[in-house]
Amino acid sequence: MTGRRDFLAGAAALALTIAPGVTLYPMAQAALTSGPASAKNRWGMLIDANRCKADCSACVGACGEENAIGPAHGPAIQAQWIRKVDLRHKGSGRKLSLPVMCQHCAEPPCADVCPTGASFKRADGIVLVDKHRCIGCRYCMLACPYKARSFVHETVTDQAPHAPRGKGTVESCTLCVHRVDAGGTPACVEACAGLGHGAIIFGDLNDPTSEISKRLAEYPSAAIRADLGLDPGVRYQGL
Amino acid sequence: MKNQQTFQIIGQASPRFYSLAAVAAGVLGLGLIAAWYMEYNGHWVTGMNNQVVWGLPHVFAVFLIVAASGVLNMASIGSVFGQAAYKPLARLSGLMAIALLLGGLAVLVLDLGRPDRLIIAMTSFNFRSIFAWNIFLYTGFIAIVALYLWLLMERRLMKWSGKAGLLAFVWRLVLTTGTGCIFGFLVAREAYNSAIMAPLFIAMSLAIGLAIFMLALAACYGREVALGGAMGRRMARLLTIFVAVVLYFTTLQHLTGLYGAGSYGIERFLLLEGGAITAMFWLLQVGAGGIVPLALLLWPLSRQRPPGWSLSAAVLVILGGLAQVYVIIIGGQSYPLNLFPGYEISSSFFDGAIASYGPSWPELVLGLGGIALAAMVVMLGLRILPILPTSIVEKAVDPPK
Repeated sequence: MTGRRDFLAGAAALALTIAPGVTLYPMAQAALTSGPASAKNRWGMLIDANRCKADCSACVGACGEENAIGPAHGPAIQAQWIRKVDLRHKGSGRKLSLPVMCQHCAEPPCADVCPTGASFKRADGIVLVDKHRCIGCRYCMLACPYKARSFVHETVTDQAPHAPRGKGTVESCTLCVHRVDAGGTPACVEACAGLGHGAIIFGDLNDPTSEISKRLAEYPSAAIRADLGLDPGVRYQGL
Repeated sequence: MKNQQTFQIIGQASPRFYSLAAVAAGVLGLGLIAAWYMEYNGHWVTGMNNQVVWGLPHVFAVFLIVAASGVLNMASIGSVFGQAAYKPLARLSGLMAIALLLGGLAVLVLDLGRPDRLIIAMTSFNFRSIFAWNIFLYTGFIAIVALYLWLLMERRLMKWSGKAGLLAFVWRLVLTTGTGCIFGFLVAREAYNSAIMAPLFIAMSLAIGLAIFMLALAACYGREVALGGAMGRRMARLLTIFVAVVLYFTTLQHLTGLYGAGSYGIERFLLLEGGAITAMFWLLQVGAGGIVPLALLLWPLSRQRPPGWSLSAAVLVILGGLAQVYVIIIGGQSYPLNLFPGYEISSSFFDGAIASYGPSWPELVLGLGGIALAAMVVMLGLRILPILPTSIVEKAVDPPK
């Protein structure tokens, strides 16, 4: 892949000198920092319900800021890549609060139903929407068991270059793929850790030495709607 | 050999024909404006949202697509099941099938978030997607029915029309199965996740398609001629059976839900506590669209039933069918996904809440535009092709024994 990398490097340099700020620049920049997505990795998150505070929504705020998700014409059409859900067990009354976002399934139903292949899973397990291929049919939104997707109902302005959005297309959590490709962690994870809560751990599920793998090996965890057999990359503890 | 069946072209110098065409063109124009308005502003101007992602346009689109395959049944009864009485009606049946499908597809496409990307949908396929299969099923249907129509009208090739009719019949069954499976294969949704959606949709298509065909015949020949004679009695009997079959599959659909404890919630919502959805289910779908037509078609059990009763039954079956598609699509989405069984759930993203959806004017006008497009295609066909039999009075077809 060196040829492609050289080309991208050249393209980035070109973008820098001729047209700084053109979207090609940051995209090429991201591609330069890492190779293509590899099946050697399986990126995932572990959410600890015991550490997640009911009155905290730092992860939601960080996601909105990172991906430039502005306010919509009303709550019913507001895009939400991540949201906090409050749970109360009907029998025991036990209360829980946790974030829910795209669960980055190994067998994503959204990608199965997408007629054009716009919804797809990368080799490293990150489920994305190709904004140039999405025709806005919303079938993926019906198919997703996690209600993880939003439809862009209106013109969007002030987009972040690394998180393109478009009226008439469907979107969801990208696992901050631009950060992951640059060797970083998703914005929600960073925000949660910054407050000292540490309720979300990000890492490589395929790497037995990663913190997430160790935690999963040591303590019991669960997947939401595990009955569907979708093998989500987002797991929960303390459910 | 019976009397040679003759066909006619209609509408020449008929002010009524052209006024009707003008009305249809007007509604179609409004539908296009509505679609443009929705696309220009984005879907926030509609009643749809992130909870109810498919709204009234999908109700109209699915209704028209289901009706398209159903209306072809009139041709199939003649060409596949050998009922000579229906053979003269095969051309109208085929024309209406193509027209209704075009109307439904137009609504579906114009409600996309990016209808300008239709070319992507036609060139980039994910073959795991039922939507992608349906693109082939729909275009194939139009091609096969068009071929069938041509073979019916080209005397030298007419001997092949039976084979084409059989192919069209099989294709339409697969097509409606595909439409039902759009919902039936959604494992995430309790309201849909059942293979029964496929036969249910086929049953609905038979009832709705026949009812629309009866209305069309009444419009072309007058109520008395179309529904008062032997042909009218045949169609009324057939409609009785189709309506009963729809009620049968609907009962089975909900009994399946009621039997498993896991789906009590969605069934309680649809059948008891769903407000407008529940009212629509019992009053329009089951009552007006099922029980009342059955009563009109079965009682009194005499041969002198006025044709107006059959016509009323057909109108009610159409309304009931529209209500049924609404209850399936809107009702099924209104009930929240159950992410955490055993927990009460709430969030700013409407988790655990019944979604609200109010159809907006642009959605309704776009849907009506699809019906207008179908009507215009039928009228164009009737105007330029020998589609309509000169007469459908008993003697011209197969006198009842």
